[in-house]
This record gives sequence, structure tokens and C-alpha cells, in this order.
Amino acid sequence: MALISCKEVTMGYEHQLAVDHVSFDIEVGDYVAIVGENGSGKSTLLKGLLGLMPPRSGTISYGDGLKRNMIGYLPQQTVVQRDFPASVYEVVLSGCLNRRGLKPFYTAAERKIAMANLERLSIGDLRKKSYRGLSGGQQQRVLLARALCATERLLLLDEPVTGLDPVVTAEMYGLIRHLNQEGITILMVSHDINCAVHNASKILHMDTQVLFYGPSAEYRKSELCHRFLGGESCD
Amino acid sequence: MTDLMVNLFSYSFITRAMIVGTLVALCAALLGVSLVLKRYSMIGDGLSHVGFGALSIAMAMNAAPLAVATPVVVLAAFLLLRISGSSQIKGDAAIGLIASSSLAIGVIVTSLTSGMNTDVYGYLFGSILAMNQEDVVLSVTLSVVVLFLFVIFYNQIFAVTFDEAFAKATGVKAELYNMLLAFLTAITIVVGMRIMGAMLISSLVVFPALTSMRFFRSFKGVVIGAAVVSVLCFFLGMCGSMLFSTPAGATVVVVNLLAFLLFALAGRLRSGIL
Repeated sequence: MALISCKEVTMGYEHQLAVDHVSFDIEVGDYVAIVGENGSGKSTLLKGLLGLMPPRSGTISYGDGLKRNMIGYLPQQTVVQRDFPASVYEVVLSGCLNRRGLKPFYTAAERKIAMANLERLSIGDLRKKSYRGLSGGQQQRVLLARALCATERLLLLDEPVTGLDPVVTAEMYGLIRHLNQEGITILMVSHDINCAVHNASKILHMDTQVLFYGPSAEYRKSELCHRFLGGESCD
Repeated sequence: MTDLMVNLFSYSFITRAMIVGTLVALCAALLGVSLVLKRYSMIGDGLSHVGFGALSIAMAMNAAPLAVATPVVVLAAFLLLRISGSSQIKGDAAIGLIASSSLAIGVIVTSLTSGMNTDVYGYLFGSILAMNQEDVVLSVTLSVVVLFLFVIFYNQIFAVTFDEAFAKATGVKAELYNMLLAFLTAITIVVGMRIMGAMLISSLVVFPALTSMRFFRSFKGVVIGAAVVSVLCFFLGMCGSMLFSTPAGATVVVVNLLAFLLFALAGRLRSGIL
């Protein structure tokens, strides 16, 4: 059974249609990149998948025992966060919040999960550092660790490499691929199509509607890919 | 100094103002960290103006001031939160509208009934004579509720302050905690504005948080730092006001300003050395 299943999903803002009758399934273990130009509706679709914005029509359903509070999310950074006084550990631990509902205070088990995820992304030694003092790449790792505290199943990444330099970008992609190999299903929104086709196993190319959905090897051979890259080869 | 203290606390109205003021300073500082970081600090200012309007009307009707002002300000807080969340009028402009309208209504109501007198002056700039025995009981109860809820929901408040989108996406009811924050702020403002004054109460929300952020780097550090700074500044401000016969609210604000400058300097030194 599919982990996420979208059927005829239509979403939009007041006078504008952003997502038009989009249907696709994401299977367990997939690494899907959603690509498209600005304003193609990929961010809106992500909001729909996260439940931040209800679809106008159609259904988004989770399968295989996945629930709303089992999703990890790596949002784009906001201005507020860049300058936020919080320690790395506090930020990562806050990813455990969705496990507990209304209960106050974290348990020892949750603290352990936070520590384990810090180590998993090799930022254990930054634990006591202030979030606002970190480099862009380190901040992304911290937010990824927080997302991992929230899930063991599915990660949704919104432009995970925006503003990072090439070396750190490559590290980030390596990290994401590694997490996928550990069994976490990945759904990534990206406008960096070159890296997307080389990293993801499936590509969802959209422009309000779905233009292509399938394995990235197939996408690389398609006319659409060539056109999108402006004549550059996708291989 | 000890003489001064003994003298101070021999007046029961000062003891009352001290008790309520300290609790308010504590609540305002805790909430202030989140409000400042969420860019909501103007809400405190807006609510205090609404509080002034409500107090004026309560006085005109001869009703208990806190009993009238509390529900009105809580309602205004929810309204402000709603407006800044969704509609076409942006948050800061909405606060400007509501704040000046409430102030205007308050001034008209008072001038039509009792006229502009010392009571009105007290509402605007605070008075340590404001609290009677009943007010103290109500204020202490409200402050304890604020403190209790803040501690219980500390982690949730951190999460929605740091990243509302993430909190929502992972199933945390962010709107609920935003409303909690607005609710607690409204109560703190109403309780505090009679001592500090409608014009000056928002400083208790903004100053300690900003001061603490100059120096501390973790959220918990900032929260605890703000609480300590706020209570200390309130206490020193009250003593200063007695010593120099200056208005209490204004003196507390000036002490807060000095603390801010001190911490800004300390923060510079810290990052220079470390």
C-alpha cells in the first residue's frame, strides 16, 4: 500500500489555481523530488501534504499506518529563526513534541532520541552551542535532526539546500541519500533540478498539473527534462 | 538601605504594590521572550490601551475595574491575534487602529463623566495606591494562573515560537498555543497596568526579554535571565521611586533601560572575549 496517495487534488488561493487535479502515489522507501519553475504549485502541494492547507477538492490520504504526527518536516528557514536565541539541543528536542500531545516536560526517552539524532548527523559536539551562531549548513543539520526526532518514516524537505555553498550542498545531499538508504521515505521540493535528478529515485515535474511522474532515469531521457534545463543534457 | 526597606514596608499600600508588581514583572518577562521573538511585542502595547478604555468605562459605571477590564482585554487579544493572522489589514496597523480607538473612547468617557482627574492620570502613568485588598487577591490569583500555565506549556510555547510551520506540520496545535499566549498576555497587562500605567506597562513585556537576549544564548537561559532581570528592575525601580519621589512606573522603566544598556555592554564583551 502507498505511504501517501493523492487523488485528483486541487488547491488554490483566492483567484488562482495552484495545483490542478494532481494524482500520484508515494511508496515506502521512495526518494521523490518535486521539481518545477517558480509558481508551479510545488510549495502549495507540500502544504497540502503537511496538512497546513486543505485541498479544495480531491483527497490526500496516508497509508501503511502513517499518521499526521509521524511526519518529519524540514521547512525553509525564516528570518525569525536565523537570530533566535536557543541552544542546538533545545531546537532538536522540540522535534519530539508531537509524540506527547498535551503532556508537559520531556521524558528521558525523548532526550535520548534527541541525542541519538544529534550524533546521527554528527553535530553532537554542537549540542550546547547557540543556534544563531552556527553556519548555514550547520543550522540545516540541526533542523534535519529535529525533523528526524519527529519521524522514523517520512521526511518532507522544502528546498533543503537553499543558500548553502557547493561543498555543504553536496554534504547535505549525501546525508539525505544516506537517510533514505536507512529506510526513511523522502519527499523533497527543489528548484535545483540538476541535483534532484542525480539524487532522487523518482521525479515529479509539475506546472500546476503533473507533467511527469516516474523514475529519474526515465526523466533524464525525456524531452521535458532537456527543455527544462534549457538544452543542457540531463545525464 | 535597611532603614529604607523597613520604612517602605511599614506602609501596607507599598507592600501590596510590591507583591502584585513583582508577580506581574515575572509573568510579563516570561511571556515577553516569546512575544518579542514572534514579533508580537506591539500586542502588549495595544492591549494596554484597550485596558485604559475598559478601565475608564468601568469607572464611569462604578463597576469593579479588574472585573470589567479583564474580559474586554482578553477579547481584544484574541481579536488582534486573528487579525494579524489572516486578514488584509496587517498586524501592526491593526494594533494601531485598535489602540488609538480605545484610548480615544476612554478619554471621551472620562471627560463626559468625572472629568480628567488624578484617577485618569493614575491609569495612564500608574499609581502604587491603586491596589486595595480585593485587587491584590485577584491579581495574585491571576498571576499564579499565568505562571502555572506558562511552566506547564513551556515546551509547546518554545516550539510555536521557534517554528510555527514545523509545529503545525508535525501535529502540534499551534493556534491553540498562540491563543494561550495572547490570553496570558492579556491577563498580565490588565493586572499590571494599574501600577505601571497603560502607557508604560508594555515596557515590562519588551525590556526584560531584550535585555536578557543581549547576553544569554539558549532559550531557557533567556527566559530565566529575563525573569530575574525583570523582578530585580521592578524592585530597584520601586526603591528609587521612594528615594527620589519619582513616579513608580516611570522609574521602573528607567531602571529597565539602564539594565538593557548594561547587558548590551556585557554581551559585547562576552562575544569579544569568547
